[in-house]
Amino acid sequence: KIESLKVTVDFLKVPLGLKKPPLKEALAAVPGSGRAKPLGAERPKPRRSDTMDNEFDGGGGVGVGFWRGSGAAGRRPEVPGKGGRRSRPPSNLPFRPGQDDNWGETTTVVTGTSEHSISHDDITRITKDMEDSAHLDCSRHLGVSLAGALALLAFLTPLAFMLLPQLLWREELEPCGTPCEGLFISVAFKLLILLLGSWALFFRRPKAFFPRVFVFRALLMVLVFLLVVSYWLFYGVRILDSRDRNYQGLVQYAVSLVDALLFVHYLAVVLLELRQLQPQFTLKAVRSADGASRFYNVGHLRYGGPRGCCRAGFVRLGRLESWVERNLVKFSQGKWKVLLLGRNNPLQQGQGENSTNNSTGQSRAVIAAAARRRDNSHNEYYYEEAEHERRVRKRRARLVVAVEEAFTHIKRLQEDDQKNPREIMDPREAAQAIFASMARAMQKYLRTTKQQPYHTMESILQHLEFCITHDMTPKVRGRGGDGSRYLTAGPTIQYHKDRWLAKQWTLVSEEPVTNGLKDGVVFVLKRQDFSLVVSTKKIPFFKLSEEFVDPKSHKFVMRLQSETSV
Amino acid sequence: SYLIFFFSSFQQRIEIHKLRQGDNLILGFSIGGGIDQDPTQNPFSEDKTDKGIYVTRVTEGGPAEVAGLQIGDKIMQVNGWDMTMVTHDQARKRLTKRNEEVVRLLVTRQSLQKAVQQSMMS
Repeated sequence: KIESLKVTVDFLKVPLGLKKPPLKEALAAVPGSGRAKPLGAERPKPRRSDTMDNEFDGGGGVGVGFWRGSGAAGRRPEVPGKGGRRSRPPSNLPFRPGQDDNWGETTTVVTGTSEHSISHDDITRITKDMEDSAHLDCSRHLGVSLAGALALLAFLTPLAFMLLPQLLWREELEPCGTPCEGLFISVAFKLLILLLGSWALFFRRPKAFFPRVFVFRALLMVLVFLLVVSYWLFYGVRILDSRDRNYQGLVQYAVSLVDALLFVHYLAVVLLELRQLQPQFTLKAVRSADGASRFYNVGHLRYGGPRGCCRAGFVRLGRLESWVERNLVKFSQGKWKVLLLGRNNPLQQGQGENSTNNSTGQSRAVIAAAARRRDNSHNEYYYEEAEHERRVRKRRARLVVAVEEAFTHIKRLQEDDQKNPREIMDPREAAQAIFASMARAMQKYLRTTKQQPYHTMESILQHLEFCITHDMTPKVRGRGGDGSRYLTAGPTIQYHKDRWLAKQWTLVSEEPVTNGLKDGVVFVLKRQDFSLVVSTKKIPFFKLSEEFVDPKSHKFVMRLQSETSV
Repeated sequence: SYLIFFFSSFQQRIEIHKLRQGDNLILGFSIGGGIDQDPTQNPFSEDKTDKGIYVTRVTEGGPAEVAGLQIGDKIMQVNGWDMTMVTHDQARKRLTKRNEEVVRLLVTRQSLQKAVQQSMMS
């Protein structure tokens, strides 16, 4: 099991440079220090913050690696978690709070990229004279394995409770008939439910793969540990020592432990899932390319969460920055030209030092001219924009007409039509046939709206084929099918297969990323071509008070005479 | 026909030449009333359901006073526009049109009404 754990790599934000502590301490300290400041008190504070900073750097690196890793071909080589389907080992751990979440996450950070992150961590650690990463790796694995061990222990404890007396003092036990059998069955089913529940809760693939501070998971682990330990204590003292003969009581004791575990699982569901559902923050994501913004409501999330929902929705509006830049350049061309005049003046080229002097002198004059022009530039801008708008509309109208006309050229073959087999076409050929007649209009339109690069002929043909196959009318095509993709010049970056395989995002923020969301936090989600600037606002607390208004109390009078002097 | 003659004589035509003060043309009186106002507050109206436009003040020496407008007059028409069923603001606008130097008002006065009534009764 440890082997498989190692392969899946880094426990991202875990225990910062821990030595190998003994099991008990580790369980209390490891998750605590690794994930939450409140727990794990034996670690010096400044060091922790330093390491945390380091970790954040590493986290950043990891984040990058993470994204690169996560996108490509969704590898989850050995998710022992998925071993809910495997027969035995780590899989049937009903309860692996810390580990499971990490499982889901670590598996997606696959080895190649995590090595990058490790090395990043190495560097930062060595330079800051921290414990070397080997320790860190070990401690991370340790954390994961400890969590797994704890879960396994918790799962097997009830079984052990029931089996030990049988093994040790079978002869002395009172026979226990039907009630015991009932209890056995209930134990079995409860354990099964626990298993399925933990699998569902902890073994999911989280939407946002991001290292987080697992306060709640640590808490849950501690809780489970305490529970199990206390049960064992009582068991040891009361039953093993005294060799209690009442088997039924014993079985009931085991059943109570299983119930308690189920309740802890319920607590996990509430803490980890429900608490985040209630919207607490509003995220405003602003696309850097063109300033479009959107609002999302999120609950108490760590940094990881909002990205998932943010990204998914917002990407649909995505526009490449270059497109916008091109547009901007177009509108301010007047100014650009003026400024360029000085620099591109052929007289200056090749004059060495003089050229710089001349160019500065010239550009000063040029800038002065530009300043004078700036007064009228808003007018220019307006007219250019109006002109562009008009042109786009004209082209669009032409395109729509062309499309409609093109679609009148073909019709679906009816059953009883007598047609030459050579004339019968499949959708692809039909699409190609009519494409020709609207190609020119479409090309002009796309060129005007600068969408050319994003719609290859292949994609257009595919879309046409789709429309033809599903008998969509040209109007529908104009609006929904054909149109929405080309005419609205809007969501150019949709979920194209070829574009979105690598969902690689980087989170850039000033605050430590493992903190929770607070009011006023601003972070940037970067992709290679554009970025989303996300700012958080706390949803205000609304204090509602009730007031009863008697319907009969609605009475009105005319306004008082007002006097106006003329 | 006698009655019609009497009704029409309740009314008086007043021609006010607006005075220019800076950028504005002023008439020199204040109006009150309108269909959006409370008619019971009108101190000048005989009938407290009358929502017409009344003259509530006349400035001393202003064009209105010179033209013979009196306080308490009810304005029936302004330059041919009816003023008996207008809102307060519409009335103001009709009186203060910038391109009109002269406004011709058709007003009726209680004193006039009373005089005619008395003469009718006697």
